[in-house]
Amino acid sequence: MTVLILGAGSDMAVAMARQFAAEKYDVQLAARNTSFLQAQENDLRIRYGINASSHAFDAVDFASHPGFYESLPVKPDITICVFGYLGDQELGQTNWQEASRIIHTNYTGAVSILNVVAADYAARRQGTIIGISSVAGERGRQSNYLYGSAKAGFTAYLSGLRNRLFHNGVHVMTVQPGFVYTRMTEGLTLPPLLTAQPTDVASAIVKAAKAKKNVLYVKWFWRYIMLIIKSIPEFIFKKLKL
Amino acid sequence: MQKRLANWGNYPVVASEESSFSREDQLQDLLHTQTPLIARGNGRCYGDASLGTHSISTLKYDKVLSFDIEKGLFECQAGVTLDQILDIIVPKGWFLPVTPGTKFITVGGAVASDVHGKNHHVDGAFSNQVVSMDVITSQGLITCSPDQEPDLYWATCGGMGLTGIITRVQFRLKKVETSYIKQKQIKARNLDEVIRLFEENKHYTYSVAWIDCLQKGDSFGRSILILGEHATKAELSPQQAQAPLQLPSKKKLTIPFNLPSFVLNTFTVKAFNWLYYAKNTKREINNVVSYEPFFYPLDAFLHWNRGYGKAGFVQYQFVLPMDQKQGLVEILQRISSKGLGSFLAVLKVFGKQDNLISFPMEGYTLALDFPVRKGLFEFLDELDALVLQYGGRLYLSKDARMKQEVFWQSYPHVQRFAGIVKQYNSDNRFRSLQSDRLLLTAAPSAAELIMNNEELIIREAVVK
Repeated sequence: MTVLILGAGSDMAVAMARQFAAEKYDVQLAARNTSFLQAQENDLRIRYGINASSHAFDAVDFASHPGFYESLPVKPDITICVFGYLGDQELGQTNWQEASRIIHTNYTGAVSILNVVAADYAARRQGTIIGISSVAGERGRQSNYLYGSAKAGFTAYLSGLRNRLFHNGVHVMTVQPGFVYTRMTEGLTLPPLLTAQPTDVASAIVKAAKAKKNVLYVKWFWRYIMLIIKSIPEFIFKKLKL
Repeated sequence: MQKRLANWGNYPVVASEESSFSREDQLQDLLHTQTPLIARGNGRCYGDASLGTHSISTLKYDKVLSFDIEKGLFECQAGVTLDQILDIIVPKGWFLPVTPGTKFITVGGAVASDVHGKNHHVDGAFSNQVVSMDVITSQGLITCSPDQEPDLYWATCGGMGLTGIITRVQFRLKKVETSYIKQKQIKARNLDEVIRLFEENKHYTYSVAWIDCLQKGDSFGRSILILGEHATKAELSPQQAQAPLQLPSKKKLTIPFNLPSFVLNTFTVKAFNWLYYAKNTKREINNVVSYEPFFYPLDAFLHWNRGYGKAGFVQYQFVLPMDQKQGLVEILQRISSKGLGSFLAVLKVFGKQDNLISFPMEGYTLALDFPVRKGLFEFLDELDALVLQYGGRLYLSKDARMKQEVFWQSYPHVQRFAGIVKQYNSDNRFRSLQSDRLLLTAAPSAAELIMNNEELIIREAVVK
């Protein structure tokens, strides 16, 4: 069994790679800069005695995606789309370069590569696709709606893909991690009760993938928090500073 | 974001920024934007050595880089902890060459503290087993070893992070046939007896004694000496022999919150020590046990430090030269009569070592805990004076309160160490509360400030 991790350098991806390797999966690490992956590759091999490999992958170089997937020595049984870009909301409001980077990394790039993977899985009638989306995509808020809208698109894409591939025996899982302690969130004050460690996210994903869950909220109460946030009437919501 | 940080003793607690890195380029970014700073591993030193206004956590820099199963060479990034290493190497028939009393420390911390173990008299300290390492200094990344850049190497081993950030370490492992230890425990009625027993058993690879330091009179220094060797396959029970390299189970107990400080008093400590001594009903016990209870008895209780309450505790560890047994007696007597309530004290005989700034030297080392309370620091200052008088010194990894003059008088090569630190830490970039307290880093002196001002004035004159 082999797992492909797209965007392998993040704290969450490192934890996922280890959890799957501990379950004796071989791991394919994919990221833009493979020189940083060498240490991670050795680490997985030595700790877990599995095969690990590194592959150059650029989420926003859409044209390269079919070739990238074609070149993998072994086709993965599980593909996890972890990459993402939070970006600078305020800058993105006026700077198209920033806005398009947020959209293309979180949405277009994910669609581009997962289309390729989905075609292969559908033809072979097997495989699991896991997309790491975000609760920010469940309702647009002024503080991060560029990121949120791209993730909203991704969430909708995953749900549609799940619907389509179900008939081909392929499973698609959407992951809503909520707050996670990572390098990206180091500067923020996060509520401890609502915030997961990368290892929590990883072990929840391994477990949920086995159980073929459709939508995974890493901390269960996020499902209800988002339910409440989604049910606030728009005429009130628009006045809130969120 | 400001966080409240404390190391294992829960004293002192400071407000500090904490950043992490998982790649070298991220560390370089931090070094350019955040100063001063100090590296911090798993926070298991007891005092303020890895605390500062900004700490850099190495815990995400935790990749194992190579493991030569034939030669027993292990290489990893500095944030890998010893418990992770044991999980990898023990099933392959290797063991840590040197391990302190907890496995929850990082490799970077092991080097920065130059940790020692129960086998110091045979194998030396951790620095003895290091093949090479990378340190990011104020001059950039430098690879060093006893042969390559030896100044940097020796100032980094035991140098408490002041030469820079240790990022990679390669070290030798110890070959073992099993994951078990053949253990011998001997009860000693008093201090003289335990010291004699240490001498008689110095051929044992591992030795340590737990002393009940509240005993007086004939029982003064009553203790249990614990000796051990890695067990061979032939020494295992049939059940153990089925999986000779099995890892111990990971079940742990925890103290979920700080106990109120009145829990620890002379009475409870006496009762505990009595139980500890009385549980060995025979004078000598011989058995084969897993490495876990032998090396890491306290790791079975996660957060045992909370037992000392919110005010925290300091661990006091000193070493005295071999010919100063009288000093050991005098210090133990002071502690015993003061009754400030230390749990068991740990006594160990060190072998020869004379590094630049490492703690161990040939002699007796004693470690004991003191809950922080009124009058404690004055009392420890008195003990410091005795340690100095008998030619000893204190372990920087345990220290949270030593006065700078004690430090400068007790470490014989400190001038040279400070000089090397200046060279690799030229802009005082790597700085901790401890290094400031001990005047190893500290803010520029008044004289330096005046000099800088003069430069400023000269420059202004030129502009005009």
